[in-house]
Amino acid sequence: MKFINKQDQINFRLMQGLAIGVVVMMIIMILLLVKQSLPVIELSGLSFLTTDWWNPIEEEFGALSFVYGTLVTSFLALLLASPFSIAVAVFITEILPDKVKPIISMLVEMIAAVPSIVFGLWGLFFLAPFVQTTLTPFLKSTLGFLPIFQGPSFGIGILTASMILAIMIIPTITSICREVFKTVPNLQKEAALGLGATRFEMIKLAILKPSFSGIMGAMVLGLGRALGETMAVAMVIGNQPSINFSLFAPGSTMASVIANEYAEADNDIHLSALCLVGLLLFVVTLIVNVSARTIVWRFGSNER
Amino acid sequence: MNYYKVQKLKSHLFIACLYCSAAFVLAPLIMVIVFLFYKGASSLNLDFFMNLPKPVGETGGGMKHAIIGTFYMVGLGSLIAVPLGIVCGIFLAEYGKGKIPNCLRMASDLLTGVPSIVIGIFAYTLIVVPLKGFSALAGGVALSLIILPIVIRSTEEILKLIPGHIREAGLALGLPRWKVIYFIIVKGNLPNIFTGVILAISRAAGETAPLLFTAFGNMYLSYSLTGPMASLPVQIYNYAISPFEDWQRQAWAGAFVLIILVLGLNIVSRLIVNRKQLFNKK
Repeated sequence: MKFINKQDQINFRLMQGLAIGVVVMMIIMILLLVKQSLPVIELSGLSFLTTDWWNPIEEEFGALSFVYGTLVTSFLALLLASPFSIAVAVFITEILPDKVKPIISMLVEMIAAVPSIVFGLWGLFFLAPFVQTTLTPFLKSTLGFLPIFQGPSFGIGILTASMILAIMIIPTITSICREVFKTVPNLQKEAALGLGATRFEMIKLAILKPSFSGIMGAMVLGLGRALGETMAVAMVIGNQPSINFSLFAPGSTMASVIANEYAEADNDIHLSALCLVGLLLFVVTLIVNVSARTIVWRFGSNER
Repeated sequence: MNYYKVQKLKSHLFIACLYCSAAFVLAPLIMVIVFLFYKGASSLNLDFFMNLPKPVGETGGGMKHAIIGTFYMVGLGSLIAVPLGIVCGIFLAEYGKGKIPNCLRMASDLLTGVPSIVIGIFAYTLIVVPLKGFSALAGGVALSLIILPIVIRSTEEILKLIPGHIREAGLALGLPRWKVIYFIIVKGNLPNIFTGVILAISRAAGETAPLLFTAFGNMYLSYSLTGPMASLPVQIYNYAISPFEDWQRQAWAGAFVLIILVLGLNIVSRLIVNRKQLFNKK
């Protein structure tokens, strides 16, 4: 860039220097993370991902149960959260009168502002007993023939963790869905109504169908949030490093194992294994976030 | 005629479902807040703010050290991240084309998506490993990594909304570019920029995961930059998973204070925006 003014040049260089500093910091942090996790890659190799035996004392590390726990809780949360989030987004954009709109949408966004530790506390002392005494007997009596609804329930477990996660990702999905629904032109809605469609048909044909890929993008972004959520999950999942197909059983996620063991890990190889779990989590969320952005971005460019 | 009735019924049913789902979504939020008021506010007293924890078995005691620790580390984190974030945001908005701004944009997007627990590991490898011990500094750095991308993003978004003719007017008066940037564009939008800053700080204040193994937490009042330091969220976590009734009660009280702090900051920032919009309408 060319500058006539000397002060301008100094200012620009200064800003550029800070910007480069931030980028370099980021790269250094990722490299440090990789460097930290190298010893365990040498020790376990690919079996880190294919076995579920996690025994820090014997220096045997297999992270499969954490990967399983993370994926199951996140996808279950997505399954629970997306119908509600989409419905709320439609509700706010289409049904509510303009005066109430900001209040309700602010309340929904408030959910995102609640710290995850508070949700964890609530989950531990309210939701877990509720799941144990009310939801589990109900599910067992109605859907008990399915293997995922069998086995004893301790209140804390995969199902409770998924429910907490679902609550926490609803605002993310809702706010992006609302942005997507806003891009639907009014003419399209009026055309549907003018042809004699009921409100339900109008919403189905004129709003939901053309927004399909945008909704998918919102859901993937919600998934990205669910994957990385730590404290609330760590408090209600039970922290047991094993693979159980029952939703009532306790489990463990990648984030929760780091939260539980990192401060107490005393040998370097254990720390390194936890770093590798962190690296794995980082890469997975990165891929999920990038693909979500690509979907949303492609949706946006199609519209214009 | 019958067909229309069915269609109409369907539509009404659908809208009823929408109402129900909205109620369903808001129910947990309301329940959390009611629960917090019910359990937290009842066990809140002046002792909670003025005292340090008592040994296990004795009732009473408070979280003075954790409250101070939270303010200390959030302050430290904002001190690092807010000026840096604002300058980077200005850089992106004003000189936003080219390789370096794109790299910065990518890096900050990346950092936004990183799970908070991984940010904790970043801060651990960056500060705790070289200093060989848990420290308040590491906690502050971890929080600054959470604040930084939010501030960069919001500053850029806000400054991009300013129409180009304002910049041109400044330049036409013969001002150098840096004066236009700092004294016209930034100065005129300080309240908006601070909205983003407050939002970022409120997020950082509620974060637990990155502090678990950077600041670690302790049971004493500490102002040392290089020693471990307690914070409200970590203290709540430790108390919540403990088997002692009195500690669990204090966890609720702590959560109540935390949520007042976080939601309070959030609402303040929203009010700033709303007032601004009201003025613009008139």
